[in-house]
Amino acid sequence: MQNNVNITNSIQIFRQDFAIISGWVKFGSKVLDLGCGDGELLQFLRSSLEVKGYGVEKDDANWLACMKNGSNVIQMDLEDGLSGFEDQSFDTVVLSQTLQAMHKTEEIVQEMLRVGREVIVTFPNFGYWRNRLQITNGRMPVSKILPYQWYDTPNVHLCTINDFDEFCKNHKITILERCVITDTKAVNFMPNLLGNLAMYRLKAK
Amino acid sequence: MQENNSVGIVAPQTAHFNTPLTLKSGAVLQQFDLVYETYGTLNADKSNAVLICHALSGTHHVAGKYSEADKYPGWWDNLVGPNKPLDTNKFFVIGVNNLGGCHGSTGPISTNPATNQPWGSQFPVVTVEDWVKSQALLADYLGIQQLAAVVGGSLGGMQALQWTIAYPERVRHALVIASAPNLTAQNMAFNEVARQAIITDPEFHGGDFYAHGVLPRRGLRIARMLGHITYLSDDAMGAKFGRKLKGDIKYSFDAEFEMESYLRYQGDKFAGEFDANTYLRMTRALDYYDPALDFDGDLSAALKKVTAKFLVVSFTSDWRFSPARSREIVKALLDNERTVSYAEVTAAHGHDAFLMPDKHYHDILRAYLNNVEVGSHHAK
Repeated sequence: MQNNVNITNSIQIFRQDFAIISGWVKFGSKVLDLGCGDGELLQFLRSSLEVKGYGVEKDDANWLACMKNGSNVIQMDLEDGLSGFEDQSFDTVVLSQTLQAMHKTEEIVQEMLRVGREVIVTFPNFGYWRNRLQITNGRMPVSKILPYQWYDTPNVHLCTINDFDEFCKNHKITILERCVITDTKAVNFMPNLLGNLAMYRLKAK
Repeated sequence: MQENNSVGIVAPQTAHFNTPLTLKSGAVLQQFDLVYETYGTLNADKSNAVLICHALSGTHHVAGKYSEADKYPGWWDNLVGPNKPLDTNKFFVIGVNNLGGCHGSTGPISTNPATNQPWGSQFPVVTVEDWVKSQALLADYLGIQQLAAVVGGSLGGMQALQWTIAYPERVRHALVIASAPNLTAQNMAFNEVARQAIITDPEFHGGDFYAHGVLPRRGLRIARMLGHITYLSDDAMGAKFGRKLKGDIKYSFDAEFEMESYLRYQGDKFAGEFDANTYLRMTRALDYYDPALDFDGDLSAALKKVTAKFLVVSFTSDWRFSPARSREIVKALLDNERTVSYAEVTAAHGHDAFLMPDKHYHDILRAYLNNVEVGSHHAK
């Protein structure tokens, strides 16, 4: 295990992310995970909280992995909105580390608030000091959580914690809870500078 | 030469039913036969049975060959067999020819016991609901109380859906592929043109052509040609034929383009082996199927009693049973908080894609069916 430090670390970051989300999801509730990847979060929530979970995934390989994990998975493109889902039909709608890759950012957030009684959004904080440092050094940030080069990144709408706070204010979205973490540890002091991953629990005003 | 993942040499069987069957139309069949095939072995607690429902021109001959000399295997042989996506090492698979068919089950070409003549025009119009009812009787006959899954594409998918509505306690999983909760006006319009081609053929004789010793080949041929156009996408036809000519332009109305000779070949082949009366009834069953009709068009209400788990699959280039129609089924299931997964397969082949051995498509079916529990652990 010692020679796999990086991999172990990234798993821990991910698991911390899950742990916080599971603290925000009620036992036995109904959860929609948008951009669910291979269904790992759904599987985690199913085994720990017995949620009735559905995933939404566009990518064929992820869809298949999700199916193999035993999750319900609906193949569709989030950019088309959530027209297949009724208003307020889920307890929680999750968008985990996908917001920054959405083209229609405002639309998807509004759609999530329409479909879910509560919404969980997580994203890499572009204001994190290491990102700022790389920009100060004249380069686009590349890190574990932002692993792409500028020319091959799917991330088109990166933002900082302050940006997202402002976004919620302008769009009349209530922030029920906010949690900022860096490498599994909660960051309460200067989160926009020291926090790597931002996590929000939201609802419509 | 037998492929090692083929079900091998198979033989059809016939189940005879003496109990009168009341059809949705009110007509009653005093007795009827269903011809069927099975592959794999029914397990001890009879929990591994999978029913395959056929589409417009399908049959009970789903997989395997009747003899080594057979040129082609059953119509869904690429799906069904040992270690294939629908694995006959795990499942007991049943293929059945629907009532009104022309491959052995009671239909218009069968003898009407009341007249000792072929049923012909007198054979009742059958519906998806009637088929499912008769398939349930076949399950009874085979001693199967609950099916592990019902699988169907197109019109077969409608039957799979209907199973979950009519017999929620008798089916654990439904695989509804390239299907729809009803037909659109455009889709029904194609059926109407096909039927008119048959009905207006002078050799149709109102459906009683058997007595005249003729077949309405021209009508059936045109109906099939039309069908083939709608089962393929523009891109698939383009890739397959494009504007390729068979030879030099002759300034005639012969089959000069390769597409034309393909359609004529398919039409001729079909007209020689399929019954016109069956074709009329199959298309009518498609038209009539509309489970939401009794619920003011509310499909979610129609699926309220459904308990089966679903896999719904559509194909991007299928314009006759478009992905949007499959999404309606998915939405209705989601509205009822049912267990459902939905895959929209990127495929160039149009509606025909559901019969193709596309790797991702088969991986989807394999992954889903792998998770279907059979044996003593299946009960929840």
